[in-house]
Amino acid sequence: MQAFTTLTARIVALPNENVDTDQIIPARFLKATDKVGMGDNLFADWRYDREGRPRPDFVLNTPEARGAAILLAGDNFGCGSSREHAAWALLGYGFRAVISTSFADIFRNNALKNGLLPVVVDADTHWQLFSVVGEEPAAEVTIDLAAQTLRLPDGRAVRFPIDAFACQCWLAGVDELGYLLARAPQIEAYEQRAGDMVRTK
Amino acid sequence: MTTSTQPQTLFDKIWRGHVVAQEPDSPAVLYVDLHLIHEVTSPQAFAGLRERGLPVRRPDKTVATVDHSIPTHDRSLPIADPQCARQIAQLEANCRDFGIPLYAADSPHQGVVHVIGPELGLTQPGMTIVCGDSHTATHGAFGALAFGVGTSEVEHVLATQCLLQHKPKTCEVRVEGRLRPGVGPKDVILALIAQIGVGGGTGHVFEYTGPAIRGLSMEGRMTVCNMSIEAGARAGMIAADDVTFEYLAGRPFAPTATAWEEATARWRKLPTDPGAAYDKTVTLDAAVLEPMITYGTNPGMVAAITDRVPTPDAVRDPVQRRALEKALAYMALTPGAALLGQPVDVVFIGSCTNGRLSDLRQAASLLRGRKVHKRVRVLVVPGSQQVKEEAEAEGLDVVFREAGCEWREPGCSMCIAMNGDQLQPGQYAVSTSNRNFEGRQGPGGRTFLASPLTAAASAVAGAIADPRAMMA
Repeated sequence: MQAFTTLTARIVALPNENVDTDQIIPARFLKATDKVGMGDNLFADWRYDREGRPRPDFVLNTPEARGAAILLAGDNFGCGSSREHAAWALLGYGFRAVISTSFADIFRNNALKNGLLPVVVDADTHWQLFSVVGEEPAAEVTIDLAAQTLRLPDGRAVRFPIDAFACQCWLAGVDELGYLLARAPQIEAYEQRAGDMVRTK
Repeated sequence: MTTSTQPQTLFDKIWRGHVVAQEPDSPAVLYVDLHLIHEVTSPQAFAGLRERGLPVRRPDKTVATVDHSIPTHDRSLPIADPQCARQIAQLEANCRDFGIPLYAADSPHQGVVHVIGPELGLTQPGMTIVCGDSHTATHGAFGALAFGVGTSEVEHVLATQCLLQHKPKTCEVRVEGRLRPGVGPKDVILALIAQIGVGGGTGHVFEYTGPAIRGLSMEGRMTVCNMSIEAGARAGMIAADDVTFEYLAGRPFAPTATAWEEATARWRKLPTDPGAAYDKTVTLDAAVLEPMITYGTNPGMVAAITDRVPTPDAVRDPVQRRALEKALAYMALTPGAALLGQPVDVVFIGSCTNGRLSDLRQAASLLRGRKVHKRVRVLVVPGSQQVKEEAEAEGLDVVFREAGCEWREPGCSMCIAMNGDQLQPGQYAVSTSNRNFEGRQGPGGRTFLASPLTAAASAVAGAIADPRAMMA
């Protein structure tokens, strides 16, 4: 995983609430056995028509969206299916962070494990960001992970919460599997103590 | 500091019993008793193991089947979609290479992963169970802590049999009263989602309690727990009782003889202690529920079947109003129109929500001696080979065929539309599955989620129909 310290980037605004992972990446793109090319199918059914032509009214197809690395989304982003392909698709497209008032639990976990930063802001900041993007699409914000702040174009810095453990992993570019593997002695001891609930073979 | 003498919830007891290590400011290292895998969310996890040269720590606590992308037509035919074929072949290779038992397409135990776990007796009270699938909550019906994980976490569990997890909060969902005829477990869970919304359970584990829940069969309890995720809760649980033990006794992987006695003694200590505190409680009255059906594009956009399509103008919150307008535009429904009588093109009976024997019996009870409407295509997809066999043993396949339904092979089928079973753009389906998201059952397809009874009644009527009108 790529280490993440600060990010200064433009924002794409998608005001819909409850954006489910079936919209982020439709199930027909889950037949892959690798993670390659997921970004091409991000929001496929909103982004392209049935013939595969870009829909001009979808935000990712507007000229302002080009080069933006932060998605600003409505509440409860990433609900529904557990597919990690949703995080892969957002990253593959070029997003490094998603800002919302809340995230679905599994999506948030998947994002954190892949270097896609879920930033939770209060409703006022959320509203302010939408109006900033509406008025000035080229405006940039800065996310500082160590300071846990989001700096708005007017200079105001808003703190956002982040799981301290995930934050340490991110800043160091360390993955969680390494942490778990290092716990092998404790896992061994647990297995000795607890025994097996069921064996599948 | 908590002590063992303090009253604990079912969730607390299982959580505490599975913490392998817990460092300050870090998530718990949580042990997983049973890991279920399928073809869609596992290939990249196995690729990760290969890259690092890691084995699967406990292949004997792991089990695999093919369900999401497997065709439900005649199994002797080849798989037409080369990507699906490749994904299934990859799972077979991964299971072979890493020593994981696989219930493959030709196995008498193949089926939807959340149907076969319970029917094999692998799912047991007090266990932690995970799967790269959000409907893993199904297994919570046995008083287990079961939740969906992403592919990175699938890799973590394969490599270490553990997960890093922050302790979630608990929410008691108390369902009072008794269900009326024609109203079932699917209606209960849809009514709950109507009440609390699709994000209402975020950060929480549900424990369903109350007389209406106690009165459900194991299969009904699975239907309720299954859709916990549609309210945002990762897990839903129901304390095990005699109904649970009766279901489990004699199943292939259930304990036997003295091990059974020991297990049931242990299981009886798991239910929530009197006086234990939940972080929050939600209450629902089963006695006033009617059959429920969705009208929009998430499971929270749901109403009693006798209601009308809601009117966006009546919604004050601008974000909610826009969401409703967008959903009704996608569904091409007229605000204020009655839900009853909305025309239907396809009916899907199946899935991890409603693909079990009792669901098929319910649907068949209305279809016996009737014909499905000539406009409607009806797919009946049993949840597993075992469900299929049991249904055929009691002649349900004949009932469905004579009514004009397709009787198919087990799989996820039109719930997720990965295997070729899908709606055409613009078609309407009444579906017993769990998600009515845009395009979920095929690009441009429009889904009404409902119970097996409502699905069967609608198949006969060719339109959304109230099953109570057809019940003897």
